[in-house]
Amino acid sequence: MATPVCREFQFTLNGLPVKVSGVAPQITLLDFVRSRGLTGAKEGCAEGECGACAVLFIRNSVNGTCYQPVNSCLVPLPAVAGQEVLTVEALAESGELCEVQQAMAAGGGSQCGYCTPGFVVSMFAEHHRRENRPADVHALSGNLCRCTGYRPIQDALKSLGTPGGSALKRRLGKPAPRFAPVRYESTEGRFSRPGNLAESLDLMAADDAAQFVAGNTDLGVLTNLRGQRFPHLISLEGVAELRTFHAGSDYVEIGAALTLSEISERWSDAPDVFREWLRLFASPLIRNRATLGGNLATASPIGDSAPLLLALGAEVVIANLTGNRTAPLSQFFLGYRKTLLKPGDILRAVRLPKPLPDVVRFYKAAKRSTDDISTVAIGIAVVGDNLRAGFGGVGPVPVGLTAHPDALPELIRTTLKPISDHRGSAEYRLAVAQSLVAKFRHEAGVSTWV
Amino acid sequence: MSVTHESARGHVTGEALYTDDLAGRLPEILHAWPVIAPHTHARLIRIDVTPALQQPGVVTTLTNADVPGEGNSGANRHDEPLFPDEITFHSQPVAWVLGETLEAARLGAARVIAEYEPLPAILTIPDAIAEVSFHSGPFHIVRADAAAAISASPHRLSGELAIGGQEHFYLETQCAIARMDESDGIVVESSTQHPTETQEIVARVLGLANNQVTVQCLRMGGAFGGKEVQANPYAAIAALGAWKTKRPVRVRLPRHLDMVLSGKRHPFLAKFTAGFDTDGRLRGAEVKLYSDGGWSLDLSEPVLWRALFHCDNTYLIPALDATGWVCKTHKTSQTAFRGFGGPQGMIVIEDILDRIARTLGVAPHLVRERNFYREGDSTHYGQPVKDAARIERIWNELKASSDFESRRAEVNRFNAANLHTKHGIAITPVKFGISFTATFFNQAGALVMFYRDGSVQINHGGTEMGQGLHTKIREIASQSLGVLSSSVRIMPTRTDKVPNTSATAASAGTDLNGAAVLDACRQLQGRLIPVAAALVNCEGSKVRFAAGLVTGDTEVALPIAKVVEAAYRQRIPLFAQGYYRTPDIHFDPIAARGKPFHYFAYGAAVAEVEIDGFTGAHRTLRADLLQDVGDSIAPVIDLGQVEGGFAQGVGWLTLEELVWDAQGRLATSGASTYKLPSWPELPAVFNVNFLQRATEPGVVFGSKAVGEPPLMLAFSVREAIREAIAAFGKGGIVELDSPATPERIYWAIERARDTAIERARA
Repeated sequence: MATPVCREFQFTLNGLPVKVSGVAPQITLLDFVRSRGLTGAKEGCAEGECGACAVLFIRNSVNGTCYQPVNSCLVPLPAVAGQEVLTVEALAESGELCEVQQAMAAGGGSQCGYCTPGFVVSMFAEHHRRENRPADVHALSGNLCRCTGYRPIQDALKSLGTPGGSALKRRLGKPAPRFAPVRYESTEGRFSRPGNLAESLDLMAADDAAQFVAGNTDLGVLTNLRGQRFPHLISLEGVAELRTFHAGSDYVEIGAALTLSEISERWSDAPDVFREWLRLFASPLIRNRATLGGNLATASPIGDSAPLLLALGAEVVIANLTGNRTAPLSQFFLGYRKTLLKPGDILRAVRLPKPLPDVVRFYKAAKRSTDDISTVAIGIAVVGDNLRAGFGGVGPVPVGLTAHPDALPELIRTTLKPISDHRGSAEYRLAVAQSLVAKFRHEAGVSTWV
Repeated sequence: MSVTHESARGHVTGEALYTDDLAGRLPEILHAWPVIAPHTHARLIRIDVTPALQQPGVVTTLTNADVPGEGNSGANRHDEPLFPDEITFHSQPVAWVLGETLEAARLGAARVIAEYEPLPAILTIPDAIAEVSFHSGPFHIVRADAAAAISASPHRLSGELAIGGQEHFYLETQCAIARMDESDGIVVESSTQHPTETQEIVARVLGLANNQVTVQCLRMGGAFGGKEVQANPYAAIAALGAWKTKRPVRVRLPRHLDMVLSGKRHPFLAKFTAGFDTDGRLRGAEVKLYSDGGWSLDLSEPVLWRALFHCDNTYLIPALDATGWVCKTHKTSQTAFRGFGGPQGMIVIEDILDRIARTLGVAPHLVRERNFYREGDSTHYGQPVKDAARIERIWNELKASSDFESRRAEVNRFNAANLHTKHGIAITPVKFGISFTATFFNQAGALVMFYRDGSVQINHGGTEMGQGLHTKIREIASQSLGVLSSSVRIMPTRTDKVPNTSATAASAGTDLNGAAVLDACRQLQGRLIPVAAALVNCEGSKVRFAAGLVTGDTEVALPIAKVVEAAYRQRIPLFAQGYYRTPDIHFDPIAARGKPFHYFAYGAAVAEVEIDGFTGAHRTLRADLLQDVGDSIAPVIDLGQVEGGFAQGVGWLTLEELVWDAQGRLATSGASTYKLPSWPELPAVFNVNFLQRATEPGVVFGSKAVGEPPLMLAFSVREAIREAIAAFGKGGIVELDSPATPERIYWAIERARDTAIERARA
């Protein structure tokens, strides 16, 4: 049965129910909370780079209920329908600073203070993380500070013990809300969150102006920075068929609408290269929202996923109302921002054929070594006598090349057509694409090839 | 217990308010959006704003026709029209649209019809030099006959260094909210480092006397110099909108507009020639500095002067001819940024000394220390180098504490054993002059008030931008009044409390405002002493005020509130104005001689880096900093300034790259394209210390300015990178323009390897 269309929706903000109606669907969660006087979250960049707008979702994870920090500037407000959201204002229960706030205040963790609420939110989530491992500053790598140089923030994080018995900690003893279907409409647009794949495809087929969205980490930037407006967003967050994870004997299948953080949780025996790659892939605040399918379907030539997936020989699973089909990822990208996906298609999953290569690496040359868009990225694996490599930042599409190690540099020189831009010159990109192959040969210790 | 930031609780709870946080508290507020010109240099032929009014939600537009006063926000030359006829940098606003929502204003602005005649643009310093396009200059500082000294030297070298600019990237973008006050004046909430100048510019634009305009700065979410003058046009637009509509008006630039509209640290081009001995001692140098001022003058002249003042850093250059020009280009108008030209001057001499070292095959740290100023030396502008011995003291203490010599040997062993990864280690010094070089700015006022319950309000002219000024002021006030710091409230900075203030800048916020507050507090205490003496029954000289209590020579301890109330009843004024002017400073720009600085702040840093030869990527393995902060008023604050300044310097020198495209558009106009330091830039090992036994007489509480000097400690990272690049080759000069991005390092490595191959063949 189709979900009824509604002109209002509800969510829980700092423990209290909030009813929303009459807002444009692209209104961000950030603008909304600020309009309600919760001005702790700030807009620093409006593109998910600085984390000053971070707020907490309550989410179900493999390890139980958790606090999940996200960039509220990239969350369309209707996406939180039925969900629970906490802002920094909720963390000092009854006016008493939580441990994270105490640690940040005592050690000089704030100077101008503008980024501080975002850091507190990210650190709070890390403090309450369920997995048993030491606090990791990478949990804060989606938050930028221009004043401190980060040392006191690192010290604050490392000083934290086990979270005390607060109401916020007790909240984790109960499950998070589920993603119930949503059909929201206002005079300015529509937001749908279908409950299954068939409904998603039906909604899309019925509306030429509709646009699939998952984490909104890409579309949100277009909305905020370029003023683009999408009259009908179809959220895939509640579509179970796109959120599967299956590690079988023939292949690993990753649902397209799983976030990068979720993939990390579910793929418990992922190879080392996956962990390396994930660390270099945006920031936790983004990875908590961004999906693998979104990163591929947007077909950016500098996306982080394609280079590694090409090196792993990945296939894509495409669904439409008539069924599924598969294609090698190497054939998925047709041109700049163009893919095999036709109207009515949806990217359902990515398959990684087994056995995964034993020797495989991911490298990213960028101005900053974490949370930066690559100048050149390469995934590279030994496959039989050959090297199989995927490149980003070397032309209008991600490129896969397979060749004998001695032939690969020449193939790079003749095949890749990088451009010069603010990230680097074409000459540097071409040189580094070859140099990173040499780095792989050096590090992988395949000295007989050198 | 160590003193933490005065607003720390507000920061961590999100309760600390910034200008834009007030927007939701003002009913009927309007939102402003600019109509921007899609040209770098063009004549505006025609503009029709009326189509904007067709957009639902648009209330009105702002153009020159709405300006009751003078539509120009240029502080000195009046060269910044708010509504220009000639477009002089890309995306320059030509009109503004006010809407009930930001969306309405934005859509309205898109409907405005404007026609332009494009004109040729000057985009680079070399183009400006070729076209003789200068705002100012040449300015000269000359000591002895440099040309003769150079030609008589045993060795000579010449070179060029291109120095990139830097985006401030204060996390809080430019923001102002203006509204009419209750008696037909105007109130502007502004994120400004210089409320008085913002007040004056608003008054100029509205054609009002200054007393009709009140500017308040709650606090800033970072500024770093970027809000010293560049807050003014947005305050003026907000004020003009409020004046026209009689409704509150908010101007807040989103990040991408802030980056394309606001000025940055000046890019510089340096051309130099140096003559030196066989042991690396400088005999003479000629330095030509060209700064890229952008479209308007802004603060470019004093920035260039400070570069010329600092091209000696800590080194005696017996004969020096330093000349500078401010280039006029069609780019954002470059402005103040932490260091204010000092870094661009100092990097040149550091670059030269490394070239000298590699020319002679002498270790760079030896060449540096051989050239240090010694006690009794004077700078090239004739100021004695006060405390010159501290340069060597800091240097030697840091070399020992950082284990410099043995780590240098270890780096050499590592490099001999590794082909694709190299390490580099370097030590560099800092000397930075403290005071505004425009002498008249070196004054400050304060208004300190006791209330009858013993609580205290402090008003002073300085603004809080995260640097901890209010924290230090609170310490100064509570200690000098003998009250608990919890009973001292620092008020937001307002022009109706303390008038005619200077910008909070030049690292001098505490030196100036702290001294003014101290002056007021001493006056108040002087008035309270006789009252207290009577109450505790002792001589005035025996009265002590501490921690909220007054004591004499008996056991009796009275709460200060009792004394205050008694004073009130005796009709003794419980408020005082404080004032301070920095003594004995002067400078004659024609002769280029004088004593522009009250004193110098010194420091030094050792950095060790690792470079990946495959990509040119680097990371800092360890940094050791030693900074002279005098007697620290608030060590947590000063530590934050030293570490944060260093990080910002590392960003400027190694990471943050401004790229303008061939059309003059800023290609790096957002956080995704312009990268700030993040966790990877935090050195894996990071040791920061203050120089001990370093009381600075003549400065409030014996402290020393700390805002800007530590930024230049980051030279150690750049020089360590050059050392590591050199290790890929077999000697020779390492040319490396700034910033040292992976790409620049990669090509420098290639050049070093090529040189090595050529040398091997020869």
